[in-house]
Amino acid sequence: MATDNPADGYELVIGLETHVQLATASKMFCACAAGAAGAEPNSLCCPTCLGLPGALPATNAQAVALAVRLGLALGCEVHEATRFERKNYFYPDLPKGYQISQYRRPLCTDGALPLGTGGERRLVRIERLHLEEDTGKLEHGAHASLIDYNRSGLPLVEIVTRPDLRTPDEAALYIETLRQLLRWLGVSSGRMADGALRVDVNCSLRPAGQEALGTKVEVKNLNTITAVRDSLVYEQVRQARLLAAGQTIKHETRGWLEDQGRTVGQRSKEQAADYRYFPEPDLPPLVLPEGLRSAAAALVPELPWQRRDRFEIQLGLRADEARLLTRNRTTADYFELALQALPEAPRALAAWMVGPLFALLNSAGMEMEAAAAVVAPDALAELVGMVEARRIGASTGKGLLARMLSSGERAPAIVAREGLEQVDDQTLLTAWVEGALAANAKAVADWRAGKTGVQGFLIGAVMKASGGKADTARVRAMVEAALGAPPDARHAADSEASE
Amino acid sequence: MLPLWQLTVAEAAAAMDRGDMSAVDLCEAYLARIGALNDGLGAFLTVSADLARIQAAQADARRAAGERGPLLGIPYALKDLFVTAGLRTTAGSRMLADYVPPYDATVYRRLQVAGAVLLGKLNMDEFAMGSSNEFSAYGAVRNPWDRERVAGGSSGGSAAAVAAGLCAFSLGTDTGGSIRLPASFCGVTGFKPSYGRVSRYGMVAFASSLDQAGTLTRTARDAALVMGAIAGQDPLDATSADKVVEGYAAGLSGRLDGLRVGLAIPEAGDAEQAQLLTDARRILEAAGATVEDVRATADEALIVPTYVVLVTAEASANLARYDGIRYGHHVPGDDLAAMLGAGRGQGFGAEVRRRILMGTYVLASGYQDAYYGQACRVRELVRRRLEATLSPEGGLDLIVGPTTAGPAFPLGAKLTDPVAMYRNDIYTIPANLAGLPAISVPAGFSAGPAGPLPLGLQIVGRRWAEATVLRAADAFQARDDSWRRRPVMATSAASA
Repeated sequence: MATDNPADGYELVIGLETHVQLATASKMFCACAAGAAGAEPNSLCCPTCLGLPGALPATNAQAVALAVRLGLALGCEVHEATRFERKNYFYPDLPKGYQISQYRRPLCTDGALPLGTGGERRLVRIERLHLEEDTGKLEHGAHASLIDYNRSGLPLVEIVTRPDLRTPDEAALYIETLRQLLRWLGVSSGRMADGALRVDVNCSLRPAGQEALGTKVEVKNLNTITAVRDSLVYEQVRQARLLAAGQTIKHETRGWLEDQGRTVGQRSKEQAADYRYFPEPDLPPLVLPEGLRSAAAALVPELPWQRRDRFEIQLGLRADEARLLTRNRTTADYFELALQALPEAPRALAAWMVGPLFALLNSAGMEMEAAAAVVAPDALAELVGMVEARRIGASTGKGLLARMLSSGERAPAIVAREGLEQVDDQTLLTAWVEGALAANAKAVADWRAGKTGVQGFLIGAVMKASGGKADTARVRAMVEAALGAPPDARHAADSEASE
Repeated sequence: MLPLWQLTVAEAAAAMDRGDMSAVDLCEAYLARIGALNDGLGAFLTVSADLARIQAAQADARRAAGERGPLLGIPYALKDLFVTAGLRTTAGSRMLADYVPPYDATVYRRLQVAGAVLLGKLNMDEFAMGSSNEFSAYGAVRNPWDRERVAGGSSGGSAAAVAAGLCAFSLGTDTGGSIRLPASFCGVTGFKPSYGRVSRYGMVAFASSLDQAGTLTRTARDAALVMGAIAGQDPLDATSADKVVEGYAAGLSGRLDGLRVGLAIPEAGDAEQAQLLTDARRILEAAGATVEDVRATADEALIVPTYVVLVTAEASANLARYDGIRYGHHVPGDDLAAMLGAGRGQGFGAEVRRRILMGTYVLASGYQDAYYGQACRVRELVRRRLEATLSPEGGLDLIVGPTTAGPAFPLGAKLTDPVAMYRNDIYTIPANLAGLPAISVPAGFSAGPAGPLPLGLQIVGRRWAEATVLRAADAFQARDDSWRRRPVMATSAASA
């Protein structure tokens, strides 16, 4: 294997900090609407989120409930009594001169997010999950900088992992899995383009086999999964080259220049701010109200990785099918509802969903949710059931599904109206087979000469003659019977001997 | 008949109910008096005459429609720390010289509902930092009893305005004594409720865990009436308490039977204080209370340092929002640091800058535990000790003692000595540290070179026992007429 990769011989150690915007109706500490994306700048503000003199915060109970739900899903210890603290620093997008956050006593600690599947599964430990408020948004122009405070005060949770990740791909998988979980739980849109999920990576390099961690570098504000992966790949090489040249890694914060594909130093940790955290005196300690935890727990459904395991182990689905069917909760729920209507055919249902259905959705740019509104789960089950019972052919079924998606009609109605049901009449089938073989004498001759590949062509000819109404498997058997024993079986011994 | 401005809140409301005068009459009487006297006192920073006349006319209309209420049509003023939509709110600072808030403080809203008439906004130490009201960007407030002396702070304008008859009552705020100390110096009744009893929403923050709005009035009865309008939980202030607000005025029986009162005798007390305490004992016993001596304040030496660390720490964060970007004093700069440095350097006065620096220091990494952390622990200790005394277990219902170490001091006397200035609050701070209700009532006079100077008696009660504190203050005032005495005001010939 080629070893010109400078990172060879080093192990990359990665920890991630993600900021997740919670899907609340209002902001973290005031009644302003939380729908910042797309709104007129500074239209969703009040004295509290603008930091006007005299304004005070009041904690959004829905944000606390969503954070607890997420903490429970991540297997965290959820603490009954925590508190908010002030994180003090000056910046124009921070109207109070401090951010209300949690520091010494976070809401949740010590959880884990499972990545991958089966024997490949790994646990990424979650160190902490805490609540805080978002800042405003700065836009720098040529002559002035503009500030939009719509985002100021939006509820965030910050999720900090332990340094458990080892590769850029694994870091990307963590973000994908986390985003899947956020949407699965309904606690966040997880939309990175809207800033609802933002990532800071901490990474260091150490010689393979060494236990002590190398010097940590932080890359802040990564807003796509690609940026997470690419910035880590870049850092891995950059740091390896420095180490190989005998240089030391600077403990610093770096930024990712998307267009140039590289990171750039922003601030060394020696000159890092002293945030002077202290308990927020404007808020009483955060004590979870009676019943909040159990209410939150009741809203934690079977989690995506649990469901995926069940689909594989109990239903016998393939790993990729289980993964695709659990990519979001709507899809997984849809599959299970369809399965209720066709409990004997989980694998056929799965194949129909990840195959024809997903292909149709992809080409139509349609979401599963929209599809479910047109083709109910039991309607899909009905269609698959007809194919399984050989009442219609598979290709007829595919065509039907496309029509069901556009018209909302159910399969039996279309089949009955258009006479698409498979022909069961042996006489008719025999006539089609014989007709097709007679019309394609050259192919038959080729077959006899050992070109067995033409068998598919002949089957296709029969199907065409039947107008798609013949059962493919039955046609195959009939074609084979008509042609006699396969020539390869007759010649197999000779050809083996000749070699 | 008395000039209208001399009426207490209770008397004025009764007179309007009887139809003896209108709210507009009363409002005009106060506006005239402000016009005649304010320049010599510096109590009002903003006089909202037009708004007052509108609110007075509305109050008359409401009364004419049959509505009654203890504050309906009563003219008052707010410390310039409470935000008032459309009306400049400076917090005594150059930083907010032109700041017109877009919203109302909860107490202002509640007083509007009660029908009180806002005359204007009152001078104060900048951002409530001070105990002499000399740290205002708009000049010191002068004491109505002797204009060469301080009015006390930080609610100096609030105390002087009530003492001089420029308003029937006022609101102030008290973080370490900022209502009670100027009340004592100016000879009026100053009441700081329990922390959490009155909403802080719309009150420019100094030290959030200690700041509490309260009243400056002639009498404890007036304080009870105003409290009836402003007290109670506010969903906009998460630290306001879900506690039932009793009928404070209805509870003023004039009797203290069954109450146990601790008389706090200062260790370094002088003859004047001894006389004040002797009189207090006699009066309280006459009202039916049992009086016993107690040690003045546990851990006296720790009180002021603890307080200074806590308030400067909180203030350093609370005042960080004044960056001149969205509002406030703005100085253009080449970069953020230059802009902030110049804007804040010019916008804040020296005392505010001093406290921000101290607060930043005591919270700094490496120092925080030794200063801020230690102060939090001492505060907890003070709170527990006071609770242990002022509780059913400790036996005491009230602790009574002098509000201040002496009468109002001359202007400038302590300006160069910050520590001496901070020590003014030594008797008042413990009630803030423990969140207890406390009142200062006029209690005798000291013979000053230019005439009598008021002294104050402080009454501290159990947490949430506002009713008991007000009842004791009212019982005292029923037997001591210090509160009736008015400073002799040299007014211009034109005024009444």
